[in-house]
Amino acid sequence: MTTTSPPAASSRAPLSSTASGAPRTAHRRRRRPARRHSTPLTIVMLAVLAYFLLPLFWLAVASTKSTEDLFTSFGLWFSHAPQLLENIRETVTHDDGVFLHWLLNTVLYSVGSALGAALLAACAGYGFAKYRFRGDNAAFSLVLGAIMIPTTALAIPTYLLFAKVDLVNTPWAIVLPSLVSPFGLYLMRIYAQDAVPDSLLEAARIDGAGELRIFCTIALRLLAPGLVTVVLFTLVATWNNYFLPLIMLNDPRLYPVTVGLSSWASQAVGGGSGANSNMLALVTTGSLLSIIPLVIAFLLLQRYWQSGLATGGVKQ
Amino acid sequence: MTATTAASTEDPRRAGPKRRRLGGPRHGAAGPLFVAPFMVLFLLMFLTPLGYAAYLSLFQERLIGGTTFVGLDNYVAALKDPLLAEGVLRVAAFFVIQVPLMLLLALLFALALDSGLLRLARVIRLGIFVPYAVPSVVATLMWGYLYGPDFGPFAQLGEKFGLPVPHFLSDGWMLSSLANVVTWEFVGYNMIILYAALRTVPKELYEAAAMDGAGAWRIARSIKLPALRPALMLTLLFSVIGSFQLFNEPKLLQDIAPDVIDSSYTANLYAYSLAFTGQQVNYAAAVSFLLGLVIVIFSYVVLFTANRRRTS
Repeated sequence: MTTTSPPAASSRAPLSSTASGAPRTAHRRRRRPARRHSTPLTIVMLAVLAYFLLPLFWLAVASTKSTEDLFTSFGLWFSHAPQLLENIRETVTHDDGVFLHWLLNTVLYSVGSALGAALLAACAGYGFAKYRFRGDNAAFSLVLGAIMIPTTALAIPTYLLFAKVDLVNTPWAIVLPSLVSPFGLYLMRIYAQDAVPDSLLEAARIDGAGELRIFCTIALRLLAPGLVTVVLFTLVATWNNYFLPLIMLNDPRLYPVTVGLSSWASQAVGGGSGANSNMLALVTTGSLLSIIPLVIAFLLLQRYWQSGLATGGVKQ
Repeated sequence: MTATTAASTEDPRRAGPKRRRLGGPRHGAAGPLFVAPFMVLFLLMFLTPLGYAAYLSLFQERLIGGTTFVGLDNYVAALKDPLLAEGVLRVAAFFVIQVPLMLLLALLFALALDSGLLRLARVIRLGIFVPYAVPSVVATLMWGYLYGPDFGPFAQLGEKFGLPVPHFLSDGWMLSSLANVVTWEFVGYNMIILYAALRTVPKELYEAAAMDGAGAWRIARSIKLPALRPALMLTLLFSVIGSFQLFNEPKLLQDIAPDVIDSSYTANLYAYSLAFTGQQVNYAAAVSFLLGLVIVIFSYVVLFTANRRRTS
């Protein structure tokens, strides 16, 4: 920042004039412990909150409607004949319960990738943080540079390679590329630097513990909070992944829920006007069902997000 | 000034000596072994596809003579390709408008949360963050239906009260509509990164500044913003990478607005169409390689200019 000189009282007027839509509570005498709430700011932020929750509210409402009601009733309120259970039943039984396959696939792909990626990143991050060896900096820089390589630029050549070794249209096509997380490695290295004290490692070595044993019994435990963060990151990335499964899979039974829902959505557009299809209701109900587990997991684990992102955002 | 330098130099000073003290050659074999599994997969899943794309991009499939080596012809063609240029320009425009807006909002929200002035701060924080848990596919489907002229509530309200509601899925509005979806998805995520960085600023700094007579905005400008710089860089970097490979949102909205979003609407969509509907694998490889290059260069430019501004 340009103005880093000690603050003076004279600079207060221009500062507060730039503060459009912001709290006018910048009184110099206000102390931290005696904190007061600002009602205008709270109202502004509640309006912001409404914007972020609006689509989710719409989705919850839409899931209770038949396709016909979606068109005939007001979008942001319930229709006269709510049929959430009917919609759920139809969603999970449509096409021999393919939706449940999608959910299960998504869980398998994302949990498998997340655990594998976190373990690999922890191992390597610890290796980079606590050992010096020839080429370590070069190797780490190489991986760090790869953070910038867009995964979608890799997806097409990866598909072509996998096609050669018959990995296309198998779960491995989704899991294998997701196992490598350069950002996860970066986080784990930073985390390991501080979380695993060298003195502890030295002490364990003096006690005659092997390096692998030190890692498994001491380091891994200390790394656990960072590990959770990487698990969450990869979990969300794989759960949300659309491009990779879209190109890798063509058997609907192997789809994750993202690709499955989008295929239903195209069908709904294609035959949407016809009265024979209730596809639109299935898309909305399926969307709702698919985000509920992740939203709950998110809210329960949110403190890990914050600590993990703090590690990534502060130390650079 | 004193406060900010103290905060920013603390970290290297702590890490410096520790790093130097680290293990000598005694347990030299363990380090490479810990790193090996990751590096092997990295080689297979990152460098090999990258190399393969580079290799493929040097060939062309021709009706006569099959696949032949053509050198950089694909790249020359790609650079001259108006469809690719259009797609890249479109995502560049998207980046220039959407990213600053999103980061500014994330910054304002993070500062508001950190100010301690909010009631229900926890609810607000979680509520803004929740969209990040929603897959972009679902987010786009939801917004697509909300935008829609048939049963979208905006169109319904407009009709009821006789208000002119913009046609969100029309040619003129599409990029803004996409920007809204992406902003909705990622403001919370960026906000949490910034908020987390703010939480690590020692409370004593604020107290000292308040003692010196600094108001809330003064503290925000002179202490909080400098402390946020690394976090802002991180969010900016992620945003560069994210916006240039924009794919999911336009791909899904293509279904409901096929006249507006063609197969080369974004660069990434173009590469996808080339490879999977056009079967022009070699050309697609060149395009995705070029796109990757654009993103890497752009990331470096962004990082470089932002870092230089700090030292000046």
